[in-house]
Amino acid sequence: MERIPILKMGPFLLVTIQVDLYDRLALTLENDLINMVSKTEAKGVLIDISAVSIVDSFMGRILGNIASMSKIMDATTVVVGMQPAVAITLVELGLTLSGVHTALDVEQGMELLRTKIGQLDTDEEGLYDSFI
Amino acid sequence: MNKESAAALKGKKKQILEVWMGNQLKDAALRDDLMSVSELQQQSEELLSSLLKAFSSARAEDTESDGYEPIHDILNEISIMRARQGFSPRETSSYVLSLKEVLSQVLEERFRDEPAALYKEIISMNKIMDSLSLLTMETYIKGREEVILRQTNEMSEISTPVIRVWDGILALPIIGTLDSARTQVVMEALLEEIVATGSRIAILDISGVPTVDSLVAQHLIKTVSAARLMGAECIISGIRAEIAQTIVHLGIDLTNIYTKASLASALKMSFSMLNIQVTRAAQNGPSGSKQNFGF
Amino acid sequence: MIVLSKEKLPIQKEQDVVLFRNRIKELATKIGMSLVNQTKLITAASELVRNMLRYGGGGIIHLEIISRNSIPGVRLTFIDQGPGIQDIPLAMKDGYSTGKSLGLGLPGAKRLVNEFDIKSEPGKGTTVTIIRWKNGF
Repeated sequence: MERIPILKMGPFLLVTIQVDLYDRLALTLENDLINMVSKTEAKGVLIDISAVSIVDSFMGRILGNIASMSKIMDATTVVVGMQPAVAITLVELGLTLSGVHTALDVEQGMELLRTKIGQLDTDEEGLYDSFI
Repeated sequence: MNKESAAALKGKKKQILEVWMGNQLKDAALRDDLMSVSELQQQSEELLSSLLKAFSSARAEDTESDGYEPIHDILNEISIMRARQGFSPRETSSYVLSLKEVLSQVLEERFRDEPAALYKEIISMNKIMDSLSLLTMETYIKGREEVILRQTNEMSEISTPVIRVWDGILALPIIGTLDSARTQVVMEALLEEIVATGSRIAILDISGVPTVDSLVAQHLIKTVSAARLMGAECIISGIRAEIAQTIVHLGIDLTNIYTKASLASALKMSFSMLNIQVTRAAQNGPSGSKQNFGF
Repeated sequence: MIVLSKEKLPIQKEQDVVLFRNRIKELATKIGMSLVNQTKLITAASELVRNMLRYGGGGIIHLEIISRNSIPGVRLTFIDQGPGIQDIPLAMKDGYSTGKSLGLGLPGAKRLVNEFDIKSEPGKGTTVTIIRWKNGF
């Protein structure tokens, strides 16, 4: 069965979607990714969709689900590289993916994840300090 | 139209062309600035020959029949050309109608002693010529519409320049009314440029938009949402007092969108979002300045 | 309105969808539709074909290139013999779904095309027709 590979890079998981998704493939990805987050205790998930030409409401929902599920497990999700035509279509469709972080490319996405995790670290330290 | 009139007209072809051309040249409305006399002569002769041929065909009164096909082609060509060259509707339609007058004269001579036949032939000739003149008008309007469409397309392309104001900051000054068609062009141009330059911030300046109604506001919100999906943030600037009033009166929710009164303050906000500091260079030497522009 | 080309495609399983999407893309490219309009059309088709598979148990899609006032467009007709839709106005509402989806399928698809028509008879099936013109907004 066809699967989308998930790469681990330090505290982050990296997914590059190179094919046009159909429903079952997207569901498998959701499953694999969430299992991987739990197994590796990843702090961030980066999904590169720059090669995806169609995102409909189902695919949009999967992206939203991945973000919400990861968040419960303390990982930030960022979707990068959405094509202009896809963005315009999603807005017209009525999907704004409000819970998902976005970035223009992988580089900016990684930067975003690092700052988010940096914030968490300092927040936690601050919390710890105040305990002492 | 019977055989006799067709034959009569055919016999007088040279005379008809002469009078017709004469009438056209006499006409004060003749636009010899738009087309040469020889061109006109050639066009007219071609049309007349085909027309006389069609008159003698079996189905002379049916302008949709095959015999009229070459005439349709010629008239289409003439009307479209005249539309593009800027002839007025009157000038274009009088071209065919002026031929009617000449044909009537010839028929009158031929049937001078048979009033009943004359009446019938004139009516039938009129019917044909009127239908051809309608065709001319229709094609003329189609030609004009093509011109308008082309201009509209050109206009919407010209009117949406995306300007790179800083590394990572784009500005889009919107001038004129925003409708659905234009928004799509604007939106596409902006999003393409965001990808091409890797810019994280886009400033939409609406100082040049005369009014903001709920539809325009919706278009703006859509543009901002699409940019966010791609990972860029938008700031709407150039909001005048009366526009702020309308927005509130119409109950449009812009709370999720960054808005600024002027392009300058939007730029300032972009700087702070990107952690850029811009300071004036010290009078003596560059020390103390973070960015030196050299002016 | 003139039909310039016409073909039929049966949809029985999810893998057929990929083929169907590619075929729309070919047709849309042929008439010179812009990328954004193509994406909107394919996304709308994607929503409708999912409905057809999920609720109608598959069906047939007619793909046509049409022309009106010499402006070309793509017309897609989705025909299934499923249970049909009881209340069309309700199904066309944002956020309504009998399944576990976002309920954006039908209303979303309608927003993405220039013309949208839905006919349904409970127990008999559903027919949805959409048109997207080359330069329609």
